Amino acid sequence: MSEQVVATEQDLLLSRFPEVVKPDERKGYDGYIVDAKALLDFAKTLRDDLGYDYLSSVTGVDYLPEGKMEVVYHAYKTTGGAPLVFKVQVPRENPVVPSLVSIYPGADFQEREAWDLLGIKFEGHPNLKRILMWEGFHGHPLRKDWHEPYYEEEHKPYKSRWPEGKAFRAEDRNPFGKNVDYPAGFDPAKWTPDISDALIYEGLGRIDKPRDDLPTEQIIVNLGPQHPSTHGVFRMVVTLDGETIVDLEPVMGYLHRNHEKIGERNTWLMNMPFTDRLDYLSPMSNNFGYALAVEKLLGVKPPERAEYIRVIMAELTRIQNHIFAIGMFLNDMGAFFTPSLYAIEERELILDVFEAVAGSRMMVNYFRFGGVARDIPEDVMKKIHDLAFERLPRRIDELDRYLTNSEIVRARGEGVGVLPAEKAIAFSAAGPVLRASGVPYDVRRAEPYGIYDRFDFDVAVRYHGDVYDRYLIRMDEVRQSIRIIQQALKQIPEGPIMTGKPQYQHRVPPGESYGRVEGPKGELGFYVVSNGKGNPWRYHVRAPSFINLTALAEMTRGHKVADIVVILGSIDIVLGEVDR
Amino acid sequence: MDGTGILKGLAVTFKRMLDTYIDDFKRGKKRYYTEEGIRYRQSAEVKGIFTVQYPDEKLPVPEEFRFVPFLVYDEGPNGERKDRCTACGICSKVCPAQCIWIKRATNPKTGRPIPHSEEFYIDIDMCMNCGLCAEYCPFDSIKMDHDYELATYDRHRDNILNKERLLKPASYYAQIRPLNYAREEEAKRQAEEAKRKAAEARAKRMAARKKAAPPKKEDKS
Repeated sequence: MSEQVVATEQDLLLSRFPEVVKPDERKGYDGYIVDAKALLDFAKTLRDDLGYDYLSSVTGVDYLPEGKMEVVYHAYKTTGGAPLVFKVQVPRENPVVPSLVSIYPGADFQEREAWDLLGIKFEGHPNLKRILMWEGFHGHPLRKDWHEPYYEEEHKPYKSRWPEGKAFRAEDRNPFGKNVDYPAGFDPAKWTPDISDALIYEGLGRIDKPRDDLPTEQIIVNLGPQHPSTHGVFRMVVTLDGETIVDLEPVMGYLHRNHEKIGERNTWLMNMPFTDRLDYLSPMSNNFGYALAVEKLLGVKPPERAEYIRVIMAELTRIQNHIFAIGMFLNDMGAFFTPSLYAIEERELILDVFEAVAGSRMMVNYFRFGGVARDIPEDVMKKIHDLAFERLPRRIDELDRYLTNSEIVRARGEGVGVLPAEKAIAFSAAGPVLRASGVPYDVRRAEPYGIYDRFDFDVAVRYHGDVYDRYLIRMDEVRQSIRIIQQALKQIPEGPIMTGKPQYQHRVPPGESYGRVEGPKGELGFYVVSNGKGNPWRYHVRAPSFINLTALAEMTRGHKVADIVVILGSIDIVLGEVDR
Repeated sequence: MDGTGILKGLAVTFKRMLDTYIDDFKRGKKRYYTEEGIRYRQSAEVKGIFTVQYPDEKLPVPEEFRFVPFLVYDEGPNGERKDRCTACGICSKVCPAQCIWIKRATNPKTGRPIPHSEEFYIDIDMCMNCGLCAEYCPFDSIKMDHDYELATYDRHRDNILNKERLLKPASYYAQIRPLNYAREEEAKRQAEEAKRKAAEARAKRMAARKKAAPPKKEDKS
């Protein structure tokens, strides 16, 4: 049945776009290669005729040896199912691709990121500026021929460490100022930063419409980057009309470390501890996503017990993340620390479990390709049992009694930051943000990974799409996660926790793979490309916190300044993942 | 919106406050500054306040807890140190932060490398405590430590650990990770047993062949 559907889909696409759309026939690859000039029509057909209404991931790959740049798109149906992958190939010297923002507004930030890091120009993008690096940065760092200062070697492990047996610290080689790479003929003393901030402010100023009755002036205010409500270093440039928000532009990248370049330099296994540092509040989910992506390429499957351990860990992560998000969200509302400390208390107990199992509370580094690093000890199993069957349900009920009907929470939350369902889909919002807008889309159900198809749970959904619903949905999801853990604890079999021998060098067959999990923040995807060597050729993270911010401006328009803080809190971002 | 929601919420906080006092009365003095009390405050049934007064009280760390690597040496009968490292370089190759660098020792007579490390450094400023080195070391030579109080005055001087500072006795390792230690020793014992058995079997086979061989000779002659 499903095969037939795919067949007709392919027939339809190939017959409607003869010549310009071809199946991707490279070994290990999937999907279609679309000619750049047919891209807009192709995307329109996908969205309107085939029901692929959700563009999840947009990224680029630099195929340096072939002299090509490739843009890779992953589109989904919000009713569930596998992705439709399509790619556009353009010459490396002048990579120009039509922008899909007009069809899928959720491509906005992702296209900007691809421009910023890979130098792919998106024609027709309304606001094609750098997003993670600063305006004026020289070069596009994810390109394969771009090297950072103190560049040592193309790939780890570095020969200098072994067998040569030496190392250096970057700062020892840094006579002041020499750690930056200027283009030829560039004089920093004469350069004036004329574009970066001015461009943002100018862009915001365009919406200025003076009111007829009152001669008021709009002002631009920076919220952040140093502000307790931004959960890190994150700036929002807000145009205000009195107290009302006219427009908002998020500015990010303060925590940017080019995670993906580091990932491409690492061996496959080395990336595992680095994924912990993306969304550092839910490391187990990050491990899960990356392990899935690489396991798809390797063609290994973890043993039963490991699958159950993975689910238990991923759901514990979701619980602690959501509880913490609720606590911090209440902080944003002005409830100074009492709710968040109640939340932290429960989180602490879950982190104790992680510490006992993985060795670290947050930087767990627990998953391996084909299993997990360690088995769960008996006493820890008992603790998980106690938490799942007794303590957590009780504590969630208490939190519920404490907050859900509080007049302050409701007054600050109801009707604030509304994101309607169709906009949530268009902006590629994911996770609780999408589901609070009435779209019951959960990767665990839409395209089950691991063993999630065995568990009985409900996809939480709320329909108002406001801040209050985003709070409620996290409560709902915690309850569902507890249900899953209870089932997993009952079913978990004895047995090995690793397929094959543990190894540190992996022969990954050439090809591409996209592994996605329902992280606590939303769909967390890892797009990896292997060329058969010991390191990934491309390693891309579809970061839910980052893409959820695309809808932030939409949510805040028309509200008051104080609401921004609450709305941002309700999205639940982690800057480690936003800035990567 | 009559304020009952807020009042109910306040009742929750009030109950929490009472819980702490009730628990204090019930458990008395042993709730604080005792091992049992700390364990209770870490457990899933804890009620009331559960903070730990660091550094007067310290949380016990679980066995798998990992914080910067150290090198294990075995103590010989006369107190000499036999470090287990063979300078194979796997820890250095698997390290995501590339913070381990090793110089192989060479035989002073022939100048050929020998399975022993001459210098071994770990930059603990760069170390991300992932534990991969310990996980993949085939000789159980590098292990993750439990000591997390590492504040120093000068990171250039104090935070690049050399072999002398990295080496710790196997007894220390057995103390911080008893289960792992027991498991590894057991595996080693079994490997040795298997080796011994294989050697015995080979000796037997050789002996049998010797016995079987003479008649053959006779046949030929």
